[in-house]
Formats: sequence, structure tokens, C-alpha cells
Amino acid sequence: MNGFGRFIPLLIVVVLVGVFLSAMMSDRNPKEIKSVMIGKPVPTFEIPNLFDDQPALTDARLRSGKPVIVNFFASWCLPCRAEHENLVTLASGYTVDVIGIAYKDDPEASRDFLDELGNPYAAAGVDRDGRLAIDWGVSGVPETFFIDGEGVIRYRHWGPIVGDSLRVQLLPQLEELQ
Amino acid sequence: MLRWFGSILVAVTLSITAFAVAVDDKPLKDPVKEAMARALMKEIRCLVCQNQSIEDSNADLARDLRQIVRERISLGDSPDNVRAYLVDRYGDWVLLEPPVNTSTYLLWGSPFLLLLLVAYGVMRSRREQAGPAPLSSEEQEKLNAILREGDGK
Repeated sequence: MNGFGRFIPLLIVVVLVGVFLSAMMSDRNPKEIKSVMIGKPVPTFEIPNLFDDQPALTDARLRSGKPVIVNFFASWCLPCRAEHENLVTLASGYTVDVIGIAYKDDPEASRDFLDELGNPYAAAGVDRDGRLAIDWGVSGVPETFFIDGEGVIRYRHWGPIVGDSLRVQLLPQLEELQ
Repeated sequence: MLRWFGSILVAVTLSITAFAVAVDDKPLKDPVKEAMARALMKEIRCLVCQNQSIEDSNADLARDLRQIVRERISLGDSPDNVRAYLVDRYGDWVLLEPPVNTSTYLLWGSPFLLLLLVAYGVMRSRREQAGPAPLSSEEQEKLNAILREGDGK
């Protein structure tokens, strides 16, 4: 009991303090749900195009050989409005196609939303009942996925792309993908 | 009489709002399957409110998930299959009771760890209470000699 044994309680306290401190100092968002879809192929789907004169959106569009970004959005979603400018920047400045999926939104309202704020999407589909989003493990809009040319999900951004997250998180991921 | 009538009115109004939540949730016709689905819903975490099950959450996504649970159960899926379907998409987090695996050993093991620590503490304090060990026969002899010397004075 003498010698090393008496330091065991102290050791336990030091380890616990270390664990709690590291958890408190990290900038992780405890509400964020980690995606289990990373590294998995995108689910197969076929949904109507947001624009009637264009063909239906299918998962084949995400397997074109070139990386694409898939963004779940809705016109009723305020954070989507907040991140929209960054999506326009992504689509116009970085030679990558951004595909929009309107989540549980009236197509008319989605189109008005894009008319008002600009349309960054190379293609956009309508997920009227939100079933496709559930297949992607989406828990709420906006969520943004990076897909490699083979249709495998490589990265997921949870919540709106605001603040420095475009520069700090998304652009490095995009560079890695390309 | 009027007060009595008033309280009935209040009760009826309140129960109408209580029903409003569940109105667009259509229970399954087969009561056995409905019970199975309901039991499963209690185990599934609402991903929007996070600390509620989808069974008692009003979130839009929770309602969609309830619908999926009912759909799959009515098509003959076992609760295990439905659970696997949801874990495939949302990870273990979607289950309110975390499964035992490498990332949750510490979580499940911590009560036992705590028990061990308490046992260790109890053992130590008992040893301290027992006081010093009894004298060996040699020491006793020495003590007796000292005491005798004192008597002799």
C-alpha cells in the first residue's frame, strides 16, 4: 500500500481532469451528429427535377468521374439563406458542380428562393417527402456532402457553411478531392 | 352548475389539442404490429431534439421516422431489421440505449470501475481502523523486561 499505491487516487484525478479539459477545449459541436455515411457509396435514387424542363435527378449524376457537392436546402430554412452566398462562391469560383436537393419544400417556393438569391446549382432535385434525406442520414437542412467521381461520400458538412468554415473546412476538403 | 359545465368545456378543449399531435400518425391496423412498432419507437432517438425518443417528439423528422418504422414493421420487417436500417443511416447514436462495442466499453464498464474503486477505499480504511499490528513474542518479551525494570525502582 505504501509507495506507488498511495498515488493511485491522485493519478485517477489527474487523468479525469485531462479527459474533461480536452473535451471542453476542443471546438467540437456536441449537437453535431457524426455521419456514418462517409466512405459509403451514395444511395441510389431518382427524384423529380426542380425545373420541369429538365430530366429527373438520379445518383448517376453523382458518378460522372468528377467530384461534386450535394447540398440539402429548403426555402423555409433560415440557415440555408445564410449559407447561400458561400454556395454561389463555391459554384462560380472552384470548378466544381454543386447539386441542390430541396428538402420538404414546395418546388414553387424553392424556385422563388433561387430566383431571389441566385442559383448556384448545376442541377437540383425535389425531395418532397424528405425520404431521400433520410437515406443520406440527414437530420436537418442544410447539410452538404462531398462526393468523389465514383459516387462515394467523402465529407459531410453539418449545418450552414457560414463564418470561416468555407475557408477552413470545405476548401481544404475540396482540394483533397480534386 | 355553470362552473361544472365550464370545467367540462375546458377539459374537452384540452383533450382536442392533445389529440391534434397524433392525428396525422396513423396507427397500424394489426394491434400486434402496432405494439411492436410503438415499442421500437421508444428506443429510437429523435435526431432533432436528441434527448427524446421519436415516440414522444413532435419534430417533423421524428414523425417521418415513425412513419418509416410503421411502414417497415407492417411489411414484415423484424424490429432488429428496422433498427439496423436506421443505424445504417444515422449510426449507433440513433439508438437511445448505446450498444456494447469497442467505443462504449468505458461507458458500460464505468459503474463496475467505480465499484472497484469503492471496494479499494473501504479496504484501506478498514486496515487503518484495525490499528497497529500486535507485538511479536520477541517484542512482548522486551516490553515485559522494560516494565519489570520500572517496577524494580
